[in-house]
Amino acid sequence: MTAYILRRLVQLPLTVFGVTILIFLMLQVLSPSERAALYIRDIPKNPAQIDRVIKRYGLDKPIHIQYINWLIGTVDQDTGDRVGGVLRADLGYSRTGREPVIDLLLRRLPATAELAIWSFIPILGIGIWLGIIAAINHNKLIDQIARVFSIVGYSFPTFVFGLLVLMLFYAKTGWFPPGRLSDWAVQVVSDPGFIQYTSLNSFDALLNGRIDVFLDALRHMFLPIITLSYLSWALLLRVTRSSMLETLGQDYIRTARSKGVAEKNVVNQHARPNALIPVATIGGLTVVGLLNGVVITETVFNYPGLGSAVAAAAVSLDVLTVLGFVLFNATLLILANLIVDVMYAFLDPRVRLG
Amino acid sequence: MTTTTTIAPTGRKRIKTDDGFFLPEPSRLEKAVGPESARVIRGLLTNPLSVTGLVVVIFFLVVAAAAPVLAPPFQATADPYQIPRDGFGPTPQEPGSIWKRDVPPVPFWYEAVTGKQEWVHLFGTTSGQFDIYYGIVWGTRTALLVGVLVVFSGLLIGLIIGSISGYYGGFTDDFLMRITEIFMAFPFLLAALTLSAILVPLFGRGIWPSVIALVSFGWMGYARVIRGDILATKERDYVLSARTIGAKDGKILLRHILPNAIFTTMVLASLDVGAIVLTFAALSFLGVGTDIGYADWGQVISFARAYILSLDTYWYIIVYPGAALILFGLGWNLIGDGLRDVLDPRMKK
Repeated sequence: MTAYILRRLVQLPLTVFGVTILIFLMLQVLSPSERAALYIRDIPKNPAQIDRVIKRYGLDKPIHIQYINWLIGTVDQDTGDRVGGVLRADLGYSRTGREPVIDLLLRRLPATAELAIWSFIPILGIGIWLGIIAAINHNKLIDQIARVFSIVGYSFPTFVFGLLVLMLFYAKTGWFPPGRLSDWAVQVVSDPGFIQYTSLNSFDALLNGRIDVFLDALRHMFLPIITLSYLSWALLLRVTRSSMLETLGQDYIRTARSKGVAEKNVVNQHARPNALIPVATIGGLTVVGLLNGVVITETVFNYPGLGSAVAAAAVSLDVLTVLGFVLFNATLLILANLIVDVMYAFLDPRVRLG
Repeated sequence: MTTTTTIAPTGRKRIKTDDGFFLPEPSRLEKAVGPESARVIRGLLTNPLSVTGLVVVIFFLVVAAAAPVLAPPFQATADPYQIPRDGFGPTPQEPGSIWKRDVPPVPFWYEAVTGKQEWVHLFGTTSGQFDIYYGIVWGTRTALLVGVLVVFSGLLIGLIIGSISGYYGGFTDDFLMRITEIFMAFPFLLAALTLSAILVPLFGRGIWPSVIALVSFGWMGYARVIRGDILATKERDYVLSARTIGAKDGKILLRHILPNAIFTTMVLASLDVGAIVLTFAALSFLGVGTDIGYADWGQVISFARAYILSLDTYWYIIVYPGAALILFGLGWNLIGDGLRDVLDPRMKK
């Protein structure tokens, strides 16, 4: 077990190294003057000044030196300070946000984190539940419905789904408004008396004992959560169903049935724990779904998180902001896959011994 | 020498092979396309879900082919992919409103079907007065073009990387597979979004930035599948005999291994057309794809963003183009679901 984890950990830096190379290569498509935004807020218009900036931050140096500069920053020849450097959490300046990229990302992070945390509950709970229900009713009506639901879910683009639910549950009925909080709730939250423990509105509201603000936050998040979840439901349903079907066909299940174990116990105690092992592997895919999903979902619902900031940046071709987010996401994804692999080895002895 | 006998009750002939086994005589379909493809085709045509999918996809092919008849563009000289607009007003017009300004040619079937002479906005207009019907009809061409182009190019890259990796193995394999994993460390939509944003200044707005971005981050799955199939195929006896008579690597790979290993990958790839088109539409919707007014479904839907508060009144700006996208994705996915059943080795009889 330890050897397996160690082997995975050794591979990790290699992947991270490759990812930084790829992002750096994408940056090279930009002109040197555009790349100057890595180090300065305002890029001068005057060509002579641009040349000076390029020299000052070494943007005309050989590519491997530029790569190292990009990683650990470069020394500003005029002031002697170290500037830039992704490893120093300096991702350059955002053209759209008029501020350092890292500040923009950190400011938008809580809203997205809140959405993601709340989405995990319905994604895992309902997705797996549907898969198990479909499997134990194999080839019956409920299984067919689940199957069609899954295919339709795959075919439904997130933005169309989002706009349609907005049409039904906001424009027509006014039940679930877009945005993050109602105006009155924004005032409550920004009041000095309201302590921001976590910057996650729903949790802060509970900690401050404001049930009304909590409900308002949930009301705003409801449609985005559903939109983020349904794609993952389709995927989880399919994987859980086929895994559960395979497990139910095994000999030990037949043995359990033949010795008179109640069907409920066969499903819940004998089959389900083993059937859920492959489901764990798609945890990484669920994270990908969320990361991709927030960009579109937040844009559709006008939700002020990371995703909508990145979508806005991409439209105005503000590459540094988008790449900052991509770097952040790739790291998150690599970590999620590592956790899933380790968890898988922990759950299934065949993986670590084989 | 082979001898044939007729076995009752199926009436199907059997052939006695040289070593004394009886095999059913190949059917006409099997003779035409080979046994593996015949099994797939038969499996698809007997499953009602995949038949539905086939019908939907064929429908879109017909619409794409008949676009100039269904929604005639202005003249042969103008770019037909630019959606004609009825003025510049911000308020969408509802389906059936009469075309007032810059009316494009009326299709010949219109008067015969409706008995009217004035060309109307069949599905209404978006904000900015782009005709939704025209956008959907010509958008079918964009969708198919982008889908096929992206999948084909991705397949080509995947085939090259996967074959080299699987055939040579060892260090080459390790190296190429690590590179593949690095590309997989990026969430697909985000990576495509980033690369399109980077490429727009180089290529200008249009389908190319998104197409290149989608190809760049869409080949990894094919590479991995073809690698696995090549690993299995290269151990076959006929590959060994080709090697013993001194065939060169390239010839062994292209003539003996690839044709026998490529099948699954091709099928998987062709199914991705639906998913690719949905992602392309998402990029257009976000605003990094085609230019405003280009006949592309995501582009048409993106106009709805300005009318979120009154989508109940202007439902047609989302429902019609949305339905086109969903149907398209559904058609491919239905076929895909059927194919997965046929190709799943556990389902083989």
